[in-house]
Amino acid sequence: MTTSARVGEQRIEAAVHAPAHGHHPPFLRRYIFSTDHKIIGIQFLVMSLFFLLVGGTLAMVMRWQLGFPGQAMPGGGVLPETMAPGGVVLPEFYNSLVTMHGTFMVFFAIMPLLVGVFGNFLIPLKIGAPDMAFPRINMASFWIAVPAGLIMVAGFFVEGGAAAAGWTSYAPLSASPEHSGVSLGQVFWCVSLIVLGLSSILGSFNYITTVINMRAPGMTWGRLPLTVWSLFITAILVLLAIPILSGAVIMLLFDQTLGTHFFLPGEGGQPLLWQHLFWFFGHPEVYILILPAMGIVSDILANGARKPIFGYKMMVASIIAIAFLGWIVWGHHMFQSGMNPTLGNSFMISTMLIAVPSAIKVFNWLGTLWQGNIRFTVPMLHAIAFVSMFVIGGLSGVFMASTPVDIYIHDTYFIVAHLHYVLFGGSLFAIFAGISYWYPKMFGRLMSHRWGVAHFWLTFVTYNLVFFPMHALGVGGHMRRIYDPTQYEFLQPLQPINEVISIAAFALFTSQLIFAVNFIGSWFRGERAGDNPWEDNSLEWTVSSPAPHGNFATTPVVYRGPYEYSSPLVEQDFLPQTVKLSTDTPPAASPAGD
Amino acid sequence: MGWILPAGASSYAGEIDWLYYLILVITGIAFVVVEAALLWFLFRYRARPGRKARYIHGSMKAEVIWTAVPAIVVVVIGILSSGVWNDIRGRDSVPPDALPIRVVAKQFEWNATYAGPDGQLGTGDDFTTRNQLHVPAGRPVVVMLEAEEVIHSFFIPAFRVKQDAVPGMTTPVWFEATTPGQYELACAELCGLGHYRMRGGVTVHAAPDYERWQTDRGSPTVASTP
Amino acid sequence: MALSAVMRPPVAAEPGAGVYNEKLGMWVFLGSEVMFFTALIGAYIILRVAHPESWAPPGEVLNVPVTAVNTFLLICSSVTMVKAFAAAQHGRQRPMRLWLLATVLIGASFVGVQVYEYAELVGHGFVPSEGLYGSTFFTMTGFHGFHVTIGVICMIFVTWRAFRGRYTAADHRGVEVIGLYWHFVDLVWIILFTIVYLI
Ligand code: HEA
Ligand code: HEA
Ligand code: CUA
Ligand SMILES: [Cu+2]
Repeated sequence: MTTSARVGEQRIEAAVHAPAHGHHPPFLRRYIFSTDHKIIGIQFLVMSLFFLLVGGTLAMVMRWQLGFPGQAMPGGGVLPETMAPGGVVLPEFYNSLVTMHGTFMVFFAIMPLLVGVFGNFLIPLKIGAPDMAFPRINMASFWIAVPAGLIMVAGFFVEGGAAAAGWTSYAPLSASPEHSGVSLGQVFWCVSLIVLGLSSILGSFNYITTVINMRAPGMTWGRLPLTVWSLFITAILVLLAIPILSGAVIMLLFDQTLGTHFFLPGEGGQPLLWQHLFWFFGHPEVYILILPAMGIVSDILANGARKPIFGYKMMVASIIAIAFLGWIVWGHHMFQSGMNPTLGNSFMISTMLIAVPSAIKVFNWLGTLWQGNIRFTVPMLHAIAFVSMFVIGGLSGVFMASTPVDIYIHDTYFIVAHLHYVLFGGSLFAIFAGISYWYPKMFGRLMSHRWGVAHFWLTFVTYNLVFFPMHALGVGGHMRRIYDPTQYEFLQPLQPINEVISIAAFALFTSQLIFAVNFIGSWFRGERAGDNPWEDNSLEWTVSSPAPHGNFATTPVVYRGPYEYSSPLVEQDFLPQTVKLSTDTPPAASPAGD
Repeated sequence: MGWILPAGASSYAGEIDWLYYLILVITGIAFVVVEAALLWFLFRYRARPGRKARYIHGSMKAEVIWTAVPAIVVVVIGILSSGVWNDIRGRDSVPPDALPIRVVAKQFEWNATYAGPDGQLGTGDDFTTRNQLHVPAGRPVVVMLEAEEVIHSFFIPAFRVKQDAVPGMTTPVWFEATTPGQYELACAELCGLGHYRMRGGVTVHAAPDYERWQTDRGSPTVASTP
Repeated sequence: MALSAVMRPPVAAEPGAGVYNEKLGMWVFLGSEVMFFTALIGAYIILRVAHPESWAPPGEVLNVPVTAVNTFLLICSSVTMVKAFAAAQHGRQRPMRLWLLATVLIGASFVGVQVYEYAELVGHGFVPSEGLYGSTFFTMTGFHGFHVTIGVICMIFVTWRAFRGRYTAADHRGVEVIGLYWHFVDLVWIILFTIVYLI
């Protein structure tokens, strides 16, 4: 059999679920139980935007209480007595709000947005594959994530309310209802995360297999777009970190339900063991939440600057370095936990070192913009905001990495400021960038530029008004996870800052309505997008918008990397990966595996 | 307020604050450099018709520089920090003459047990106060931290002290108050619904006053707990 | 022996891992499993080192001889699995089916013995809430047993397909992939048996 015939056969084999162009499976198989990676990506998008909205709404209730403690919340009367009698938030409900806000945002909004949405939608398209390696497992991954989310939401409606031990769920509080007042809610939290973990693991080994085995001819490792590189490395982190969380959460669940003693001190269990396990997962997790964002931003910056990405190899190397170092820094969350203080020094040094690959990325992004020909599209605005905001979050990380300084700022709003600068200023801005960038490939229409710009500026300004002053709160010693800051004399002078933050937060939330309207409205009435609205080089822009079932009519052949912008070889300022110039030779058809 | 730390009142507050300001300056410079370059590039290289971007894939020299400089800077910060950390939390950092006080955190209060006039914990003249910590100025104090049911965190902002109290563990944490007066003790680790009001007072007595306070409290007539 | 088309990596032009998707996928997935058991075993070691007195001497609570026999059974099932795979490679249908069937049966009896063991222990009052010993014992062996059970279910599916003639010398991916999983679960057991029962 000739090589090319075999390739064709293989591709059909791998894509049995993505029927040839033009044939449409029935509605249920096409949109609900679809195995098409693009539909699954869009399903993840809808699900995680919903949870983003849930997480944001919870934050608004928190902000009301923090800005105006003890006052009845407008419209709060609809909440049941167990949460907010007469519209006044109860302390136990506040603890649930913080916990569920963090949990929804991290596990059900940002992580699925980055990994579920962009991982699914982009990987096969960008590497020139017809679908994922295991389309059915991919579908299962989504349909397992949905019940996980529902279980998490259900926590609010059970006796005792939702989990209230923080998104970090420190034992023994999380495992002793007699001290937390929450029993079922805490169990639901555990079950939900175990189910979600299964979903993530199914997704991750699928991505890894796909990237390793299904790249189109010519798509060498050195020609992979950075989005794919970052999603690939992220998938490895997910694959290895999530099972640690699952194992830990299972032990916690057993402590809650079977009477085991892993984290309960009575019979020799160790509360700190939970923290070690949680953060051994947790720090790789925060890089799971930033690496794909960095990949997306790299691609969009190069496109917007019409320049090759600066230092491609170092960009790849720094992704790998961050992912690797991410495994040996977990102790920086535990400097004040009672962990052996000598360990503090080694964790501090490894944490500090992460600033180095991060710096490489930041300066290479600047290098990419330098001498570019910058187009201020909506995705580009968000990508630029990512760079400037991530730097703030990263630099505040250096304060906390310094063990002595962390003594003072640990568990204060300084940490809250840090995490929102990296997660909102970083991840979420990259997500806004990514959604507006690939929206045309998902839905065939562009999002409105004008509304996009309005949303961007409103978000950028109000976001900074919300989170920048939190540094000042932290420096003033303001503890996190407290229901009513005015209880403390030393915090009373800071209360006006809390009020400003809260008002800005309401404005921030309201600004997001513009995004929601733009997102939903453009789906139906947006301007029709051409195949390549951003004049991008990557493979997904060679197919029609929206991308068809099965992706590519014929297997694409790749001749160069994705960043050939403003190449002197051609008149126009971009040069797609599939264009064959007279000087190009087709990739050697060397069949692997012989 | 803003980026200025509130006044410190312990022997090592100065060291911590100094490190904080050092990092503030360094990161402040990094921040200004990055944001200024970003803004300048955005302005200078905005798209103009008929122009093409420069076709360049990178520069080894530039990349080496911006790898090496941050690396050196963070290693320096790391070394300076570890010195201070060792002074405060190192293996033998607790001063030998430190006055021991046992503090047990429980939902939602702080119970401090003092050694009494004999200076020894666990003897008959020990006495306990609730939500009020009394320490002498100018003498190191070592707090033996314990927790009853869940994790709490012993936080005296003015002293730059924070240490989790973990059930099943006794964690020593020391400090030396410098200025007599009233301070606040806060719980910094989420510990349940009363976490936000797990507040205590700290009274720093001038050394002679402390002696007097301790003898009064330790004398059998005034027994323990207020 | 030359590999058939389907047993090769799917894309010929860009060298991948050099193996077909299902096999690569299983290897990667097993990486995840390693981390899962690392979490459990790591927790076990940390707890045990801190409180050695919470553990009874080997054999006092747990029935080591019965479990030793059970361990032997599981190792046998790995051997039958190897046999089944070898038969599949040569397309010898009857031996392949029988070896697979044998693997299913032995695997199922392992689970059966474990259920019996649990019943006995619980009967003697050794339950998951019984100190650190009970906590770690039931969690670790329980999750291993759960993995074996999943394995047996998948193995039944593969055997059923084998009886329907789905595996040939040219394409026997199912047999190879379930085999990888099976050997992994077996390996984990050997570690667990050593650290939980013997030490
Ligand atoms: C996307 C998520 C994300 C990312 C990317 C990071 C990145 C970093 N984080 Fe963060 N972190 C969180 C999410 C994240 N973090 C969350 C959610 C928490 C709170 C968890 C909780 O308790 O709830 C947390 C908490 C946290 C702590 C614990 C604090 C405490 O509880 O006391 C620490 C301590 O060291 C830390 C450090 C760092 C460092 C050093 C980086 C570095 O990777 C940053 C590196 C980047 C830069 C430094 C900027 C770019 C570099 C330059 C411009 C060069 C010049 C710089 C120098 C010369 C210094 N983080
Ligand atoms: C990525 C994660 C993320 C995001 C985006 C946010 C967003 C916000 N967070 Fe949150 N936060 C966390 C992660 C996040 N947070 C974590 C991990 C914690 C720690 C939890 C813990 O301590 O356990 C925390 C804690 C935390 C605290 C500390 C509470 C305490 O310690 O007591 C506060 C206080 O102000 C806060 C406020 C806010 C506010 C005002 C927003 C606002 O930005 C919200 C604005 C609203 C939105 C972003 C939603 C907009 C909706 C859409 C865009 C969807 C559009 C819809 C359709 C198209 C249908 N957060
Ligand atoms: Cu005690 Cu918070
Ligand atoms: Cu971390």
